[in-house]
Amino acid sequence: MSEQQNDPLIIAGRSFQSRLLIGTGKYRDLEETRLAIEASGAEIVTVAVRRTNLGQNPDEPNLLDVISPDKYTILPNTAGCFNAEDAIRTCMLARELMDGHDLVKLEVLGDQKTLYPNVVETIKAADVLVRDGFKVMVYTSDDPIVAKELESLGCVSIMPLGSMIGSGLGILNPHNINVIMEDCKVPVLVDAGVGTASEAAFAMEMGCEAVLMNSAIAGARNPMLMASAMRKAIEAGREAYLAGRMPRKKYASASSPMEGTIVSK
Amino acid sequence: MLIQVNGDSLDVQEGASVADLIEQLGLGERRVAVELNLEIVPRSRHANTKLSEGDRVEVVHAIGGG
Repeated sequence: MSEQQNDPLIIAGRSFQSRLLIGTGKYRDLEETRLAIEASGAEIVTVAVRRTNLGQNPDEPNLLDVISPDKYTILPNTAGCFNAEDAIRTCMLARELMDGHDLVKLEVLGDQKTLYPNVVETIKAADVLVRDGFKVMVYTSDDPIVAKELESLGCVSIMPLGSMIGSGLGILNPHNINVIMEDCKVPVLVDAGVGTASEAAFAMEMGCEAVLMNSAIAGARNPMLMASAMRKAIEAGREAYLAGRMPRKKYASASSPMEGTIVSK
Repeated sequence: MLIQVNGDSLDVQEGASVADLIEQLGLGERRVAVELNLEIVPRSRHANTKLSEGDRVEVVHAIGGG
């Protein structure tokens, strides 16, 4: 128990109790967003940065009024950026928006159909952002060579996809994620692809430092209940990882003693 | 004078500052970030940063995203 309690997630020198990071997209409204985040226990919450709709009602509630930066670590993302330049501009705007807070989630996408990371543009953007003082948590493919390159540029966390964003297909190449974890010293998080609680637990049992998800919760029939399920799955998976699973054996090994059984013949 | 705000043309008073623009847009109370001709204008400089004809301004805020 003490091992579990004293087991913080450390990113860019900051310490977090929760290993579940969640997005704020695709919810029905801000109230559902708030309730799901509360149920998830997440401390790091991603947001997108978009042009302010100039025609809108100025009294309309603002996401950051509901998800207060005093209570949560806000992680602005560069979702929707398809080249390094747009991603860098978005991060600059995000830093200004968050009063100098410099932790960002970098994602540069390849195309609309797959939302697969464009790793060439991602590497370009990461290089500029790290030099500019940003703490970059980077969304990338499950390519170990690219992951290593992003780490050597100074990214504070490597976040390979489990499968395509919003697909809910789970972790399709756990072997690559394992290689990335072996090679990288900064925290490796699975970002994208997790569809249900067992997949989140699986990622944590593999030894991932945390999981970032959005659609699995927002797209559930009952997002609050799924947020709670994910919280437990992440905790269970982490504890199982720390506990160390039993070795797999080819044949049975009885749990009850074989001596003293009654025998007819 | 005409400037571009978030891709649309907007008429602002000659000599208006970024702070005046934010006020004109009814965003005075909101948490927004401003970029002027690709450079960030920190909140502390909104009042003394003057706009010029043809300036390109981006005004952004945080919304839900993963």
